[in-house]
Amino acid sequence: MKKHLNCGALLESLSEYVDGVLGDALCAEIESHVADCDDCRVVVDTLKKTIYLYHETSEKTEIPIDVRTRLFHRLNLDDFIQEKKQV
Amino acid sequence: MNEESQQEFSLELLRSGDRAELARLVDVHSTKIYRLGLKMLSNPQDAEDVLQNTFLKAIQALPKFEGRSTISTWLYRIAVNESLMLIRRRKPEFDFASKVEGEEDDEILLTQFSDWCCLPESELVSSEAQKYLDKAIQELSEKLRVVFLLRDIEKLSITETSEALNISESAVKTRLLRARLQLREMLSKYYGERLNAEKTG
Repeated sequence: MKKHLNCGALLESLSEYVDGVLGDALCAEIESHVADCDDCRVVVDTLKKTIYLYHETSEKTEIPIDVRTRLFHRLNLDDFIQEKKQV
Repeated sequence: MNEESQQEFSLELLRSGDRAELARLVDVHSTKIYRLGLKMLSNPQDAEDVLQNTFLKAIQALPKFEGRSTISTWLYRIAVNESLMLIRRRKPEFDFASKVEGEEDDEILLTQFSDWCCLPESELVSSEAQKYLDKAIQELSEKLRVVFLLRDIEKLSITETSEALNISESAVKTRLLRARLQLREMLSKYYGERLNAEKTG
């Protein structure tokens, strides 16, 4: 279970690792650790999935059309309300 | 994503009060600002207030905007401040800059190790799961929540998140890791149960 890196040390680099910004050497250490340590492998996989799920499901939230209309009105932009939304 | 908005909008036109350019700015950024307000405050009316106040303040402050950060990061910064102001109104003792007790020094505990990644997509993003995702994010402290929202939902960089929140990059990283791990724990409890149900069912 413990090679060069223990589970606690993995935690410190975890964010950088899942963001893909960790240096090659540390990356390789993490990969060799999770190959042997099932709990850490699960933590890495489910953490990636957690971030993915939040991003994916949030993308669906759009500003409701009536909220946009009131915003344009409040900003004195009524004459632009009809313009096609650019996303 | 943010370099594009810098090039896309003419600061000169915006500062001179060009309304067509302003309308374009509003349409490109309103969904993101509304979404941030909604997830920070969990209330559509508050989110709408944050949205309107953010653009009203931005329009007022445009002449002073120096373009040191992108327009997008700058708008997020105003929106975060508006959200925190509403939170402070409800909880006067709230102080964003101070450390939360145990927030940055305590050891992080991992207790959930069920491997729910293999659940079908339909189960992961069902409407019930969606409700749970929303509920879990509200369980985070505001300080952790806002970092997660900017970094992992709105996909700002660490630097942009630190600019938008006016906290150091190391504070962003610490809070981000805490937020991510707390959410992972909560999601693991929820999806772990689904996984067990699937195995036994």
